[in-house]
Amino acid sequence: MGFFLETVIGGLMSGMLYSLVALGFVLIFKASGVFNFAQGAMVLFAALAMARFSEWLPAMLGIDSKVLGNLLAFAGAMVLMVAVAWLIERLVLSKLVNQEGITLLMATLGIAYFLDGFGQTLFGSAIYKIDVGLPKDPMFLLQNVFEGGVLVNKEDLYAAGIAATLVIVLSLFFQYTSTGRALRAVADDHQAAQSIGIPLNRIWVIVWSVAGFVALVAGVIWGSKLGVQFSLSLVALKALPVVILGGLTSVPGAIIGGLIIGVGEKVSEVYLGPTLGGGIEIWFGYVLVLFVLLVRPQGLFGEKIIDRV
Amino acid sequence: MIYRENGQFKNSYRADQQIFPITQDRTAIAALLLFAVVGVPLLADEYLFRAILIPFLILALAALGLNILVGYCGQISLGTGAFMAVGAYAAYNFFVRIQGMPLIVALLLGGLCATVVGVLFGIPSLRIKGLYLAVATLAAQFFTDWAFLRISWFTNNSSSGSVSVSNLSFLGLPISSPLSKYLFCLAILVVFAWLAKNLVRGHIGREWMAIRDMDVAAAVIGIRPVYAKLTAFAVSSFIVGVAGGLWGFVHLGSWEPAAFSIDRSFQLLFMIIIGGLGSIMGAFFGAAFIVILPIFLNRALPALGDLIGVEISTAAVAHSELMIFGALIVFFLIVEPHGLARLWSTAKEKMRLWPFPH
Repeated sequence: MGFFLETVIGGLMSGMLYSLVALGFVLIFKASGVFNFAQGAMVLFAALAMARFSEWLPAMLGIDSKVLGNLLAFAGAMVLMVAVAWLIERLVLSKLVNQEGITLLMATLGIAYFLDGFGQTLFGSAIYKIDVGLPKDPMFLLQNVFEGGVLVNKEDLYAAGIAATLVIVLSLFFQYTSTGRALRAVADDHQAAQSIGIPLNRIWVIVWSVAGFVALVAGVIWGSKLGVQFSLSLVALKALPVVILGGLTSVPGAIIGGLIIGVGEKVSEVYLGPTLGGGIEIWFGYVLVLFVLLVRPQGLFGEKIIDRV
Repeated sequence: MIYRENGQFKNSYRADQQIFPITQDRTAIAALLLFAVVGVPLLADEYLFRAILIPFLILALAALGLNILVGYCGQISLGTGAFMAVGAYAAYNFFVRIQGMPLIVALLLGGLCATVVGVLFGIPSLRIKGLYLAVATLAAQFFTDWAFLRISWFTNNSSSGSVSVSNLSFLGLPISSPLSKYLFCLAILVVFAWLAKNLVRGHIGREWMAIRDMDVAAAVIGIRPVYAKLTAFAVSSFIVGVAGGLWGFVHLGSWEPAAFSIDRSFQLLFMIIIGGLGSIMGAFFGAAFIVILPIFLNRALPALGDLIGVEISTAAVAHSELMIFGALIVFFLIVEPHGLARLWSTAKEKMRLWPFPH
């Protein structure tokens, strides 16, 4: 029982991390109808920037304090992500208005290739470390209930906390600020939003910047866990089934989808893996999604798709 | 002046329904084919065959198959690599396990297995649409990646996980030299392109296009979505499966699942987007572009570095390759979202009127 709980908690933690990446997908899809395949590349780019800035900036300015250095690096990386968002809007999206979904999808794949190459040219392609002081030691819970207790990684716990905070902040931002209202309006109907005077271009820059911010947070957390390297951009492939499971248009869906897939993956790997030959984590999420979609084609929390002629 | 159909009258329905109704088109295609069969073998060296021509032919075949599904029937698939892998591994098993199995039969049987898998993963398309479907097809990709890596029966229990074939022959002729491989692939490609062209302009092709343009409306006028979508999946994955078999057998010789990874799926999707969705010609343009571009960049960048006196490291070349590749894709999408095939038909329109455009 203790072991089972441990697996479930581990799954919840990694699920939270998946949802962090998934959140970026949902934000952009909601506001611009673009399925952003570059989200993974953005995570890598942001993490690379963060890792290198935290080396360069303190050395340049002669700052000793690690906290200050990290904060500066975070701010620097954020500025960079906003610049990236602005450039993407200017150079790509504004030229592709009114194109079909698949064309936009391909364009973001192009952006993904570009960012992968650009990030590694700019910041180098070795494995870098991000150290933001997340505690790495494991801790044991419920020691008096189970023998040996339940092992939980403190780092994961913090990461999950940060992810949850981010979700709440974003929901509040979407719900209560005027920018958030504008974002929701654009998500509902581009033309109607434009006709009442909401500047589409600015909204898209904002939304890509927010997605860049989410990518940065995800990059910092994943990066401090796994090290910053090229494979970081592959977390996007892990997050894809999460987005689809939760529904492309739903922020809570991204979170709950992440948790379901995180837990399902870990539990199935531990209990089914040995009989099937191991490594089933790779496709578990996707096959689960396939079956869920057969019942609910719009995902668990997505808006119902209505076909009109 | 030269390219126009004035004075070419059709006296029968047969003449009216030819694949290339304009005489100039017919001669051009015949000349191109003749050049491919006779001219290229005289001109090309071994490197050209191995690095460019054979990959181009095989990937063009795969892109052709994918284009039927995505371009003609409108079902986005990111699982092409999976169907190629199924074709390759199934053909391998038929070839190795059955004594005296002819190569071409093994390839076609591999294609049939890919068809079955394709239809299986195509069933969700009856309910799932658009981007949701794209992600659902990724399930095929990751599942087959895993299956061919972990289930050793598929690889004939090879210890290293990679499989290899040798002693290929067709009708008693050995297929071992680059030239014979080239001609073999060319023959298969021509046959399939001809079949595909006829399919898409026949009644089934029109059903696919009706489904693509608006599936609800198509259903209303009496097209069965189940039948149309599943046949598109079947035909597409058959062609893709044969291409996968060729890729493994003829191009690589020995391969592992990584040869058919998700990158391959993306690569093929790029080909048909850049080449032109819903066009047989587009598959060829796209394949040529995507095959040649990396090789060109790989050679041009160091040369360019020498020119301005900067030593460019291999890592830098690889990264700038990614950058240029990505940028070019975005550029093409912006300049011509309908692909190179559209540019080609615009050029043809212009040529018809030239030199008097009014």
